[in-house]
Amino acid sequence: MRTGLAIPPGPELPPAPAEPALVIRDLTVTWGERPALISVDAAFPAGRLSAIIGPNGAGKSTLLKAVLGMVRPLSGRITVAGIPVARARDRIAYVPQRASVDWDFPVRVADVVEMGLWRRLGLLRRAGPAERARVAACLDRVGMAELAGRQIGRLSGGQQQRVFLARALVQEAELILLDEPFAGVDAATERAVIGVLKDLRAEGRTVIVVHHDLATVRDYFDHVLLLNRCSVAEGPVAQAFTADALQQTYGGRLPAAYLGQIGLGGQ
Amino acid sequence: MTGLADALMLGAGWNAALVTIGAALLGGAAGAVGSFLFLRGRALISDAIAHATLPGVGLAFLIMAGLGGDGRNLAGLMAGAAATALLGVLAVEAIGRRTRLTEDAAIGAALSVFFGAGLVILTVIQSLPAGRQAGLEGFLLGATAGMLLHEALIVAIGGAMAVAAVWALRRPMILAAFDPGFATATGWPVRRVDLAMLAVVLAITVIGLKIVGLVLIVALLIIPPAAARFWTERAVGMAAIAGALGAAAGWVGTAISATAPALPTGPIIVLTCAALFAVSLLVAPQRGALAALVRHRLMRRRVLQRQGLLAMARGVPAADPAARAVLRGEGLIDAAGQATAAGRAAAARLMRDEARRALLRRLRPDHPALQSDDGLTPIDALLATDEIADLDRRLMRGAGS
Amino acid sequence: MNGAEFVQLSLTPLLIGVLAAVACALPGNFLILRRQALIGDAISHVVLPGIVVAFLLSGQATGPAMLAGAAGAALVAVVLIELVRRLGRIEPGAAMGVVFTAMFALGVLLLEQSDSSAVHLDVEHALMGNLESLIWFDAEGWHSVADPVALAALTPELPRMAAVCLLLALTLRLFWRPLVLSTFDEGFAAGQGYPVRVIGLGIVVMAALAAVVAFDAVGAIIPIAMFICPPGAARLMTDRLGAQLAWSVAFGAVAAVAGYLLAGHGPALIGLDGSVSAAGMIAVTSGLILGLACLFGPRRGRAAAPPGGRAGA
Repeated sequence: MRTGLAIPPGPELPPAPAEPALVIRDLTVTWGERPALISVDAAFPAGRLSAIIGPNGAGKSTLLKAVLGMVRPLSGRITVAGIPVARARDRIAYVPQRASVDWDFPVRVADVVEMGLWRRLGLLRRAGPAERARVAACLDRVGMAELAGRQIGRLSGGQQQRVFLARALVQEAELILLDEPFAGVDAATERAVIGVLKDLRAEGRTVIVVHHDLATVRDYFDHVLLLNRCSVAEGPVAQAFTADALQQTYGGRLPAAYLGQIGLGGQ
Repeated sequence: MTGLADALMLGAGWNAALVTIGAALLGGAAGAVGSFLFLRGRALISDAIAHATLPGVGLAFLIMAGLGGDGRNLAGLMAGAAATALLGVLAVEAIGRRTRLTEDAAIGAALSVFFGAGLVILTVIQSLPAGRQAGLEGFLLGATAGMLLHEALIVAIGGAMAVAAVWALRRPMILAAFDPGFATATGWPVRRVDLAMLAVVLAITVIGLKIVGLVLIVALLIIPPAAARFWTERAVGMAAIAGALGAAAGWVGTAISATAPALPTGPIIVLTCAALFAVSLLVAPQRGALAALVRHRLMRRRVLQRQGLLAMARGVPAADPAARAVLRGEGLIDAAGQATAAGRAAAARLMRDEARRALLRRLRPDHPALQSDDGLTPIDALLATDEIADLDRRLMRGAGS
Repeated sequence: MNGAEFVQLSLTPLLIGVLAAVACALPGNFLILRRQALIGDAISHVVLPGIVVAFLLSGQATGPAMLAGAAGAALVAVVLIELVRRLGRIEPGAAMGVVFTAMFALGVLLLEQSDSSAVHLDVEHALMGNLESLIWFDAEGWHSVADPVALAALTPELPRMAAVCLLLALTLRLFWRPLVLSTFDEGFAAGQGYPVRVIGLGIVVMAALAAVVAFDAVGAIIPIAMFICPPGAARLMTDRLGAQLAWSVAFGAVAAVAGYLLAGHGPALIGLDGSVSAAGMIAVTSGLILGLACLFGPRRGRAAAPPGGRAGA
């Protein structure tokens, strides 16, 4: 067992409210006739940083898409703070996978961030000084203030990720979902993004991240869902993120040496 | 019906027989090469090629008539068509590679602009004294009626050459369609293969102009591959099936059209293709829509039944009315929603399987049966009897301790 | 040409040409960004069976019957493309190719079977349109523009095209945010509760409306060209979507005016009699504009690939 490196969710965090921020019950999604998710149950605690972990094709993105209403599940119930998700969309912010966006789209950095306000502004109301100030503040928070006028394709991968994080920030949502935010970004961006996510947690918001880097799970997250079409394990990182559970999730394909490297060797 | 039988057996005259053979060869070549376009997601580039032939046909007529020859010489018109079609392909390639516009926009731009230019040239021809009888409109929709012998010969020989070209290029095209990266790494010039493939498409288009016309030739390159896709998962098989479907449509379509004057060849061939496509879409065993629908219903049933039984095992009624309906349909609960004896047994079996599965996952996370497991199949179907017995022994011991 | 002649012979064709170009260019911007540029092409092809069926049913090949037939066919085509794409799991381009060629073939067959040539319903006419014939016979000069009697005799294609153009512009303005959002980032839009499927269908319906009404006035080739060439050229001029729409409208209008004038007066310039197809010339002009934009447009290149490469690219 390694000690000392993991940041304990400990003293600086208030106890999580009894009501989880996102509850998924019995969620089954099929692609054609292949099951993508089978009877998944999960409860993500409010005010915490949670990770969804699993191999490729485990249904991680599908889970987010079901929460967002982008795929229609075969069965299951999803509630946000106790409310059916269909009526709680304005409480959710979403940062998509970078690969899913057309980076040649004629839109500038500040426009992308402003999109986070469009739902609230309605169809026609213009963004006033207050809204523009909020956009600028969120861009500043992710360190992108100087590039507000750039077309989004003319940014680096890490910068693009930060812009989308800023769009989620401007929504001031209670629940923030991120799909592989650290895929293909530089170390500086990863640090900046995780810093912002921890700030959000400190503000009492709930952050759920589809994550692929097992080595950083214990440093970044409080709560984890191990997913491989079924929910393999779920709970606080210290309890659920075990070598045993990981082997079940990844079908026994993780070398023992690798598990040792990420501090799970002795189990 | 004897007329159709005659035509099918090539008994409707020497010219008609040549055209029928030519159309079948052309359909076969188009289906096969269209498969590779289809697999590369570029099916509609053939539409740009086809529409870009029109200005070439018009210009060739003007040049041949201007030089004092017969403006309607088919070989000359085909050469002109090929020339502007080539320009069209090059325009699509250049726009797609040099600018941020995507290929579909480049295709649409090329086809509309070249076709517009063709219309302009056609109106010029109509204003000329020699142009009145040019009959170039036949190239829009094809016209096989009253085809001259040498024209029919050109079609038949052209069709044979197209088939030969597809056969000669089959290996590089399969490689390029399947795995461009691998093809490049193993030394195939993928770009040149791509261009050669487009050259074959271009040749097929030009040969097909007289039979099906430029608006519909694209159907021969798209519909048979799309239909063939339902029947196979393999590129080679798909090209072969598409070739066969295309050849059949060319043969049958030409024969049907020869039986009556108001049955234009091009549309009949295309509609034959479309009928083959519709049948494939519906009834193909693996990818067909009906098979997929049945499988989806079965899947849904299994998922709902599992959910219902899990709820039953927890001693609560299933939350989802659809799950309750499935249980009722299987006789696992009665009309009042109470578990029947069969239902309780099924729930117990399911719980035992869940426990076995969980144990297997813990003990042998790398077990091959788990890699392909959909989570719904009974354990009996996944594991050998002795493996199950072993799991059950461990479960008993676990429960006892 | 003097003023009276211009108003009588050229004013309405010019206006109709410009309005048709703008009506198609507006939704074309979104079609291009959604990689659906060829849906305009597909719709323009299936209009033929629509008007043939309308003729067979109603005995008329003009006005409302033809519009209804064309609109019905466009709707059938959109539904069929979606069905083939979903049921057959076939990529959109090929699904379009299957549907529009089959429907076009059916249209030609019905046309041949039905001897409707008696009502000037022929394929060539459908393709080329009859822009040049949409003259304002009752106009006597510029003062007719304020003359109710003369205005009443205006060809109905003009007000119809203007209404569609206005409707499309207003729709785009009103639904700008949902349209942009679901085009740029469908996942985010869906997460925000926007009905992305309905929005996607709405864009195709807008395109179909523009194509059908423009087809009635100017034939098939102008819509196909205008869905793609002006927005495509505009795409190479700017990195802002609002500006792109403005550019596309300007390019469409310039192509319509220049093409129409070239068709009428171009042949005389090179010593030929008569005139050439205005619809064809307008398409060619729009292509020239696109060609210039491809060579010189300030934003013609793809956005620089970010360092480290794009995920999935």
